Amino acid sequence: MNKIKSLDDLRKMKQNLEHEMNIREKSNEPESLVQIRVAMATCGIASGARTVMNTLVEKIEKDKIPAVVTQGGCMGYCYAEPTIEVKVPGKDPVVFGNVDSQRAIDILVKYVVNGELLEGIIPTNYQTINEKK
Amino acid sequence: MAQFKMHLLVCGGTGCRASQSEIIVENLKSEIKNLGLENDAQVVITGCFGFCEKGPIVKIVPDNTFYTQVKPEDCAEIVREHILKGRKVKRLLYEDPETQKHIEDSKHMNFYQKQIRIALRNCGFIDPENIDEYIARDGYAALGNIITGMSPQEAIDIMKKSGLRGRGGGGFPTGIKWEIASKSKADQKYVVCNADEGDPGAFMDRSILEGDPHSVIEAMAICGYCIGATKGIVYIRAEYPLAIKRLKIAARQSRAYGLLGQDILGSGFSFDIELRYGAGAFVCGEETALIKSMEGLRGEPTVKPPFPAEKGYLGKPTNVNNVETFANVPAIFLKGADWFSSIGTAKSKGTKVFALAGKINNVGLIEVPMGITLREVIFEIGGGIKDGKKFKAVQTGGPSGGCLTEKHLDTPIDFDNLIAAGSMMGSGGMIVMDEDDCMVSVAKFYLEFTVEESCGKCAPCRIGNKRLHEILEKICSGKGVEADIDYLKNLSRVIKDTALCGLGQTSPNPVLSTIEHFHDEYLAHVKERICPAGSCKALKLYTILPDKCTGCTACVRACPVDAITGEKRQAHVIDVNKCIRCGACYEKCKFTAIHVQ
Ligand SMILES: Cc1cc2nc3c(=O)[nH]c(=O)nc-3n(C[C@H](O)[C@H](O)[C@H](O)COP(=O)(O)O)c2cc1C
Ligand code: SF4
Ligand code: SF4
Ligand code: SF4
Ligand code: FES
Repeated sequence: MNKIKSLDDLRKMKQNLEHEMNIREKSNEPESLVQIRVAMATCGIASGARTVMNTLVEKIEKDKIPAVVTQGGCMGYCYAEPTIEVKVPGKDPVVFGNVDSQRAIDILVKYVVNGELLEGIIPTNYQTINEKK
Repeated sequence: MAQFKMHLLVCGGTGCRASQSEIIVENLKSEIKNLGLENDAQVVITGCFGFCEKGPIVKIVPDNTFYTQVKPEDCAEIVREHILKGRKVKRLLYEDPETQKHIEDSKHMNFYQKQIRIALRNCGFIDPENIDEYIARDGYAALGNIITGMSPQEAIDIMKKSGLRGRGGGGFPTGIKWEIASKSKADQKYVVCNADEGDPGAFMDRSILEGDPHSVIEAMAICGYCIGATKGIVYIRAEYPLAIKRLKIAARQSRAYGLLGQDILGSGFSFDIELRYGAGAFVCGEETALIKSMEGLRGEPTVKPPFPAEKGYLGKPTNVNNVETFANVPAIFLKGADWFSSIGTAKSKGTKVFALAGKINNVGLIEVPMGITLREVIFEIGGGIKDGKKFKAVQTGGPSGGCLTEKHLDTPIDFDNLIAAGSMMGSGGMIVMDEDDCMVSVAKFYLEFTVEESCGKCAPCRIGNKRLHEILEKICSGKGVEADIDYLKNLSRVIKDTALCGLGQTSPNPVLSTIEHFHDEYLAHVKERICPAGSCKALKLYTILPDKCTGCTACVRACPVDAITGEKRQAHVIDVNKCIRCGACYEKCKFTAIHVQ
């Protein structure tokens, strides 16, 4: 360990360290963030949900997008896997089907950041498996 | 670089380690490795989540899944189901005691909803053995800002403005204490952290030191700068091995980064800390006794004045603060005095950590804003009384405090209201009692503790408390008379007025407050020889209900003193004069024919 020699050094160090804590900080106030849930059950994983998740997480971190990504179980849209559910604060959640890495980036940049509408939204009178119980 | 998608926060507090949380960490890590998820999920050992009763706790973020009572064999399932497939392991989720529903997200647990975490802000959130995680959350930034950009008086003014009062029991304004110490002139001064925590049932100081030791170290350094001290001493009880270990690791890391030691951050200010171990005597938590003990003398209190701020450790000005008090300090400087004083009541600012215990559903450590009501604490955060029983009282302030009853449920909790209600804040123990608890026995329990812990230096406490205890014992064993109640009250007042230190001055409080609020219960003991709560063994009355008794004779065979007689298939009777109140018959009767009062 090297000594920290000044307040400036301490601040720089903090900036370098803080991204490792980001996931935890975000979990503290999920309501104020865009919440993205990637369906992960077996069908999702088989169809590449994990790659989509990686893409989302990396892009969010890189562009400092105020969003948090969690995994969910199967949402019951196996025909359209991988699916992701996006909940922007103050809006109803929407589900996108057939998401690959490219579409994941599109969703982030166009829908989440710019608020544009996108195709491929699965009609909304849906219920997730988790909510049905 | 790999970006983790999930953090698995495993509680490494004393409670959860006692139930194998270390093995859980190993198992989670190895399963993550087996499934090739090392780049997706990170396992972090944290401090206490406050939910120790239901430990070990594993919390998964960012989805805030709160797994309770996790066993080492559950780990593979957690990783395979939750981390790999996104399916929560339902059976391990916390179940709401009222609705019996599993709660998926800890944000929705009543236990956490009304909490505001300042002193506990990092507990259950960071790895206490990794200074980098503390720095990532602005750790040492308050110290850095102060020593490079503020005069000691400016910093003291912020402390005064925040309204922070000592959390060790007395509630003395911290900023004023610092100011007095800063004005004392001496070649050497000391900052002492009181981590003696002797109140039975309280464990907030231990949890803070185990879960966030750096916040205390940083605050001690800030205090050192303010009062002009370069040396800090943590007086900690030797029974806290994990807290000691974490403190030592933290101090070593701070020194390696130059955040303790000479010329911190190039400011010219130097400060370092050392540890002193206490043997766990309650009286050594009293600051003058604590200082004597640090000097290697007997831990006996001395008369104040002189106050430690003028003449303390080795005769030098010494500022003593409690662990929780210190833990608040960095947050006050980071977020501002106005922010802090916006929380709480007119004269009690900020939050208080309480250790909830007794007959309550959610036992644990909570941090709530001052001014919250007992009702909110007990029925919302605490999830209500166990087994649907009736709330009777809550003891606050431990052996120095008193009990609060139904009529206090809506009183805002703060330093002054608790004193007005005949109790006190103390260190924050809160023991909830239900209809089965006998208030005379409660008073007796605390007096037993005080008699044991009195240092014996002054007569009122040494002899007086012993007498109080004897009389309580007499009442509980059915030999009390009505005059005993007045005698208890008078003696209590004498002890309070004449004892030398805080221990004796407060030790009669549990007696006075139970007499005040539960006078009828005392009367029932001495006049009718009945313990209404049915808890004093000697006062239990066993009778057989003739209409329920089938005459099966099971009780006759169980009774060790042949107190039960009766014909087969006829109702039996108990001879009260022979009965030794052992309860054996009650256990044996299959027809609930035996009545206890
Ligand atoms: C019998 C007795 C026991 C005490 N035990 C403790 C203790 O365990 N921890 C503590 O911080 N203060 C304890 N105190 C209070 C201390 O004397 C002192 O007021 C306190 O450490 C000051 O810190 P604060 O202003 O930050 O609360 C005790 C006081 C008495 C009379
Ligand atoms: S009041 Fe009790 S503990 Fe305090 S000095 Fe007297 S004997 Fe010792
Ligand atoms: S065990 Fe119960 S039912 Fe049987 S004789 Fe005794 S009191 Fe009566
Ligand atoms: S309480 Fe014990 S001693 Fe009394 S009647 Fe029952 S068994 Fe006998
Ligand atoms: S020790 Fe684990 S929750 Fe308290």
